[in-house]
Amino acid sequence: MTLNSAAPPPCETFAVMGVFADVPAVFSAAEQCRDEGFTKWDVFSPFPIHGINEAMGLKASKVAYVMGTGAILGVATAVIMQGWTAAGADIHISWLSQLSGYNVNTAGKPLFAWEQFLPVIFELGVLFSAFGALLGMLALNGLPRHHHPLMTSEHFLSCSDDGFVIAIEAADPKFDEQETSSYLKSLGATHVEVVKS
Amino acid sequence: MSAIHPDEATAIGLVRPGSVRERDPVTIDGTVTSDPTQRPPLVLGDHDFHSVTETVCGWIQQKTPRWWMAAFSVSASVAGFGTLMILYLIITGVGVWGLNNPMTWGWAIVNFVWWVGIGHAGTLISAILCLFKQKWRVSINRFAEAMTIFAVICAGTFPGIHVGRVWMAWMLFPIPNSNSIWPNFRSPLLWDVFAVGTYFTVSLLFWYMGMIPDIATLRDRCVKMMKVPVTVGPMWAPHPLPDFVKRATTFQLPMYKVGAMAYSVLALGWRFSSRHWWNYEKAYILLAGVATPLVLSVHSVVSFDFAVSIVPGWHTTIFPPYFVAGAIFSGFAMVLTLLIPARELYPGMKDFVTARTLENMCKIITVTGSMVGFAYITEFFISWYGGNPYEQGAFIQRAFGQYWWAYAAMMFCNVLSPHVFWFKWCRTTPWFIFGMSIIVNIGMWFERFVIVSSLSTDYMPSSWAYYSPTFVDIMTFVGTLGIFMTLFLLFCRFLPMLPISEVKNVLHAAHAHLHPHDDHSKGGH
Repeated sequence: MTLNSAAPPPCETFAVMGVFADVPAVFSAAEQCRDEGFTKWDVFSPFPIHGINEAMGLKASKVAYVMGTGAILGVATAVIMQGWTAAGADIHISWLSQLSGYNVNTAGKPLFAWEQFLPVIFELGVLFSAFGALLGMLALNGLPRHHHPLMTSEHFLSCSDDGFVIAIEAADPKFDEQETSSYLKSLGATHVEVVKS
Repeated sequence: MSAIHPDEATAIGLVRPGSVRERDPVTIDGTVTSDPTQRPPLVLGDHDFHSVTETVCGWIQQKTPRWWMAAFSVSASVAGFGTLMILYLIITGVGVWGLNNPMTWGWAIVNFVWWVGIGHAGTLISAILCLFKQKWRVSINRFAEAMTIFAVICAGTFPGIHVGRVWMAWMLFPIPNSNSIWPNFRSPLLWDVFAVGTYFTVSLLFWYMGMIPDIATLRDRCVKMMKVPVTVGPMWAPHPLPDFVKRATTFQLPMYKVGAMAYSVLALGWRFSSRHWWNYEKAYILLAGVATPLVLSVHSVVSFDFAVSIVPGWHTTIFPPYFVAGAIFSGFAMVLTLLIPARELYPGMKDFVTARTLENMCKIITVTGSMVGFAYITEFFISWYGGNPYEQGAFIQRAFGQYWWAYAAMMFCNVLSPHVFWFKWCRTTPWFIFGMSIIVNIGMWFERFVIVSSLSTDYMPSSWAYYSPTFVDIMTFVGTLGIFMTLFLLFCRFLPMLPISEVKNVLHAAHAHLHPHDDHSKGGH
């Protein structure tokens, strides 16, 4: 995750950002930045632009793995919790059966009647995977985060309303303050600004 | 897949130039069309990205409207009175309710099931309609999700206080304790704890996640406003003020400071990065994917409370689907009950919540209402066909016994009344839809009551009894309506009612490959 890299010491150039007027402009500019070979850069827009992942050359999101882990954890928790509290006596491990619950024999049915545990298994699977989705999304994005150098720019804040911004970080190997600024201008940026950290 | 730009809509004759608000008998506000080849606009008026932000944030940043203060004081008072009733119950015991021996589950379970059912619309709209790419949902999903959460809060109140000894409510959860006492995982009542708890949590996460970017928008607005100093002083003071006076009288408005802090914490540092959006969209669609079976499971599990028992009239396999259909039915009705007044009271909301949105919701009400009606008939048929005299007796008691009036009310409100929406006028006239939505909610409440009241005529006629609620029963229920409205009004006041970023996404200008001369009205894409 590019912009989450450790911030350089204060009052150094953090990035150069260019403001674009509309979606088609920022979209084609993003495609050119990608082709130019920048690595530490980002597009900021008030809503997810359809197809911007390809225009920026982003790889598939890893959220699904975090979520899948959550689902497995949830199901495992549910199986262990229910098995332990309802069928400890059926599990022939001495220290586990010490902790077992009621072990009530109902109509001669086995204590570990897994069919009856399905609703809770399903619910906990969903619960944990939902946490996986939200927390995984936040973790992959490096959020929550208290502050970001770009937020010092008044023009940057417009991307929460109707602005479209491309920022190229100073940490990028191809970065040069003068050149990158004029490059962004040549892509059609209406305003180019150097952001200090 | 895009909304038609207003100009384009005008060009193909969907919107009459000049006024979109005027009622047109054919297209109503320009969005109702029976021609499936035409895609009516999702957003009316000449909105661009900035005007969407201004409209939605304007509702929050405006001066508190008078009607809001009035509505809030009434609903908060009702909520307070309801809370007093709960306190009285806890101090005195469940004897203050009208429960009697065969009817051991009274209004508490009726209200619980009713509220959980209402809570179905939000996640249905935001998850299932999201997977089906029903873009008209964007204007109502935030609203409906908020309603879901508040309805589930009201629902959760009832089992909590119904256990009698409220201080033992922790035993609902598998908490390790020195007596090695565990809840019974074979009981549907415990499944219910997990189902409703999971539903509440997942709905809350879904709602919050959808709101993060919009809260970030509010944060940025508050931060901007916070930096604008305000100078106070008498009108006759010289202008410009001398510097030393200016320094003393200039300050930042504290409300923006408080707003900026609160929204900053909630926005989690969101900065609208496309790399973030990419993970965010993936997480959102995956969450919609797991929330979809969840929506269908919650009321199924609630119905197991009844269906897994052996009480005649309850022990049927039709309960899960029939409860879910009823839940969606009542949930959509409650969304309409809240949406139609809000649409009138908030300026500019009609541009987003169009007549077509209301029409679509009415259609869903008719579909689910018909499913519920079909289930009622199936239940009767099966009880006759099954040949079990106890089952037959239970159904005869239901329809013609001491609670015939509840059954009649249910049949009228749920089976007959939704069919008025076959008429176009009925499903496009807001005040009429509002009235219907209340009738549907009353009907659904009676449905729950009819089911629960099967208890009053149990196996032995000698123990049959008539159940009627007490004042405390009634006021607790009314109190939860107050809690619901109070929470909802707070939501309307402080949080974005429409998903700003999603609404922007359906605007025509949101598309990168924009060819101004494409004719979007033909062929579609």
